[in-house]
Amino acid sequence: MSAQAAPPGGFQRALDLGLRADEYARIVTLLEREPNAVELAMFSLLWSEHCSYKHSKLLLRTLPSAGPRLVMGPGENAGAVDVGGGWAVAFKVESHNHPSAVEPFQGAATGVGGILRDIFAVGARPIAVLDSLRFGEPTSERSRYLLDRAVGGIGHYGNSIGVPTIGGEVYFEAPYEQNCLVNAMCVGLVRSEHLIRSAAAGPGNLLVLFGAATGRDGIGGASVLASAELGEGDADKRPSVQIGDPFAEKKLMECSLALLEAGLLVALQDLGAAGLTSAVPEMASKGDVGIDIDIAQVPLREAAMEPFEIMVSESQERMLAVVEPSRLDDVLAICAHWETGAAVIGKVTESAAIRVFDGDDLVGEMPVEVLVDGCPLYELAPSPPPPGLYPPPARTLDSTDPNGVLLALLASANIADRRYLYEQYDCVVQSRTVRRPGAADAAVLQLPHGGAIAVAIDGNGRRVAADPYRGTIAAVLECAANLACVGAAPLGLTNCLNFANPEKPHIAWQLSESVRALGDACRALEIPVVGGNVSLYNEGGEGPIYPTPVVGLVGELPDPARAGRLGWSREGDAIGLVGGFAPLLAASELAKLRGEPLPTSLPDIDIAAVRATHALIRSAVREGALHSAHDIAEGGLAVALAECCVAGDLGAEVELEEDSEAARFGESVGAFVVSGESAVLAELDCRVIGTVVGSSLRISAGNSSIDVSLEQLREAHAALATLFA
Amino acid sequence: MKFGVVVFPGSCDDVDAQLACARVADVVPLWHADHDLQSVDAVVIPGGFSYGDYLRAGAIARFAPIMTEVIDFARAGGHVMGICNGFQVCCEAGLLPGALLTNTNLRFVCRQVSLELVNPDTAFTRSLDPGARLSIPVKHTTGRYYAPDAELDRLEAAGQVVLRYAPGDNPNGSLRDIAGVINEQGNVFGLMPHPEHAVDPLTGSSDGLGLFGSLRESLSGSSGPVLVGIAKSGWSVAERGGRGGRGGVAEPREPDDGDASATRQRPHPTSDLPYRARPVV
Repeated sequence: MSAQAAPPGGFQRALDLGLRADEYARIVTLLEREPNAVELAMFSLLWSEHCSYKHSKLLLRTLPSAGPRLVMGPGENAGAVDVGGGWAVAFKVESHNHPSAVEPFQGAATGVGGILRDIFAVGARPIAVLDSLRFGEPTSERSRYLLDRAVGGIGHYGNSIGVPTIGGEVYFEAPYEQNCLVNAMCVGLVRSEHLIRSAAAGPGNLLVLFGAATGRDGIGGASVLASAELGEGDADKRPSVQIGDPFAEKKLMECSLALLEAGLLVALQDLGAAGLTSAVPEMASKGDVGIDIDIAQVPLREAAMEPFEIMVSESQERMLAVVEPSRLDDVLAICAHWETGAAVIGKVTESAAIRVFDGDDLVGEMPVEVLVDGCPLYELAPSPPPPGLYPPPARTLDSTDPNGVLLALLASANIADRRYLYEQYDCVVQSRTVRRPGAADAAVLQLPHGGAIAVAIDGNGRRVAADPYRGTIAAVLECAANLACVGAAPLGLTNCLNFANPEKPHIAWQLSESVRALGDACRALEIPVVGGNVSLYNEGGEGPIYPTPVVGLVGELPDPARAGRLGWSREGDAIGLVGGFAPLLAASELAKLRGEPLPTSLPDIDIAAVRATHALIRSAVREGALHSAHDIAEGGLAVALAECCVAGDLGAEVELEEDSEAARFGESVGAFVVSGESAVLAELDCRVIGTVVGSSLRISAGNSSIDVSLEQLREAHAALATLFA
Repeated sequence: MKFGVVVFPGSCDDVDAQLACARVADVVPLWHADHDLQSVDAVVIPGGFSYGDYLRAGAIARFAPIMTEVIDFARAGGHVMGICNGFQVCCEAGLLPGALLTNTNLRFVCRQVSLELVNPDTAFTRSLDPGARLSIPVKHTTGRYYAPDAELDRLEAAGQVVLRYAPGDNPNGSLRDIAGVINEQGNVFGLMPHPEHAVDPLTGSSDGLGLFGSLRESLSGSSGPVLVGIAKSGWSVAERGGRGGRGGVAEPREPDDGDASATRQRPHPTSDLPYRARPVV
């Protein structure tokens, strides 16, 4: 039997589907014939940037992916690290940028749905969601709309499924105006022995598709595909963004975990981008087997779907499992209990091919190796960008009065309190949340065996735009600093690399410099990259986004009761400055408010010194020596102090040696503000700069001073709700 | 003593509710498709989005198979606590007066709020200090308590308003700041805040534990469902000297109420209840 013959015009259709001419030629060579319509649809998706990582794979291979605590590395649905007591934590961050730019509510919601599935696909119960968002300036109506709907979508999905959203970050910069970023990270908990991989195994074993029925949703995501394959003037307008159903996902999640708990599955894989087209060959490739699939057995929610539509549908809330025939009845019973729907749609074979049947008709047959590994990988041609790639930001602040500058920074969109946003997320469900958003620099979750993990997500595109290498180092170190503030040591890192078009040399340069930095930072911190995601081609008509590597860290701390807080907690405590404090205004928030152009580079960072500072902070927090710890980030020392005041509802009196804007508002990697008893701080390697006292923040330095009441600080810091009203 | 926690598809806080109940009693899950209450002494309907809360929050769950038995149990005087979505289900099922509408700001809100204990003389609040302020989180989109004015007057007069949001802490626009109400017979209690998320200081607060402890205390020493009548007493908030105050009107007591008034004098009202160590999840 041979697959249906290729219709004429395959070459042109391949180009329409986004393949390059040489890629099509390679397919023909490897197949030894022209692909038919079903095969071409599958190749165009599997060989797309999104599925093949063809422009980033060579770079990603340079990242460290091993470590003593790593129990599952890159290549699976999510990576995992050992957290003691027989438990492992799986985590991953992923982007859903373009769907969110088109339809922010469903785009963000299905972004959360997708990353949740990645986590329970490895057998872990999702215990936390974090998100990393980038929009244009809040002065833009479109940005306000995108933010409001994206936050609504994240909450809609996460809240409805019973997984707490415990952290995140959002920045507003003009280069994201056309191309917003919506990255979601999920963290899951699993007994180490219950981790499951996605490799199909055992010829004769069955493929069970369970969860939602398959429809035409998401097919428009490859809109050229739809227009090429559907008739002219076809009345059906395919929604290009998938619609999420968190209730279906909740049942799917409980069902998947119940199946794994009962030990009924050989392998498990979620259906994400490209649907069955991606899941089936991936499972076959990892297991070094073939798979026969019969699309006539796929439960459909729409009539008369074409074979290629069934193969590429991105309908949400579906999972694919490999099951031994003797276990099938038990599997179907559990699926019936959770009302997920389930169907046997194929079987594992000894061949090395994916064969797609429509009933008795063979509609596609391709060697697994050609589909999965045949895509060429491209070397980048990096070259530093011309000056002025990013125009200077709009000037919004003229004042140089220290009080006015402090209040303007606190009220600025990138620094203002995120409460207005995170209150729309359930942060307490599952009874693990020891530090909620706003309470500390990182979220803290208690674990069943008495320990705890801390999680944080971070990234500052403006600094990476100024200096991709050092900006990326700074992002990793800031994220690690957040963990240190609660007393946690990092165990592993996940990342989402959001960049523009890598075929342009200066974007290739940003990407390769950033990945080089990511590797160097992880090696210096001795943590593995457990997995991640790459999102390229993020640019609109007005130019590229800021290069935005988003890093997520999971760390451990022995005693959740001693997890650090960011706010002052006791009047009379001494305030200490810890770490190498080298404040710089270049690329800072204040420089942005002043409309200053980006610098062309940032100063070197002594990673080893910063790491030592993290260790110092971490051990002091673990010993209970500190009453608060907060890293100095956007807005510099004065803003960090103000944040400690507002969070603790206590004032402070601080004296600085240097009377300069840089000392007050300059930004520095690896410096912290801590509070504690003065005798304790005297023992610590830190500079005591003041006292927790009163109901105002007073900072004196030489001839100038800041004197702002808590009330004023609070009012300025709460500006986000009004910026987006 | 055995508590049952209903589990609908889409329940989110069912495990949390089981953990909270397990601190005061044995606990079993009650699957939505079953018709068996497994001889439980009390039923907790937890938070979440039962059946996706499609159509209207709680509207589908009210027709779940298990709800036939829960409604019968409640009508026979069995104790039922509906938390958040469970409160919505109880209102939909006609077990509690009023309705929950969309928050005034039309958004989901998750926030630690301060609650005033209005009626300390219910089966669900008896071990709490009468003047207690409870710090408990809310998290919902559909939590604005509504009933017609005359009904609200009647509820207040009958002591059926059990919890209010403290002044300035009303997160959803609930009429008269109502956070929790009890039925006329005093055996069905619904509240929007999540006491199961306030049972451990490590995760924010233990102020919710007293509600579960009260229920256990109320059910101890008697077999089967216990009726704790309050409506017949005829007292009102005003007669009792304001919210949380102790008026001169004698409150009705169960015959086997024991040393409940002494319980209320304790600085930590829940400290000597037979709570168990938190089980491993």
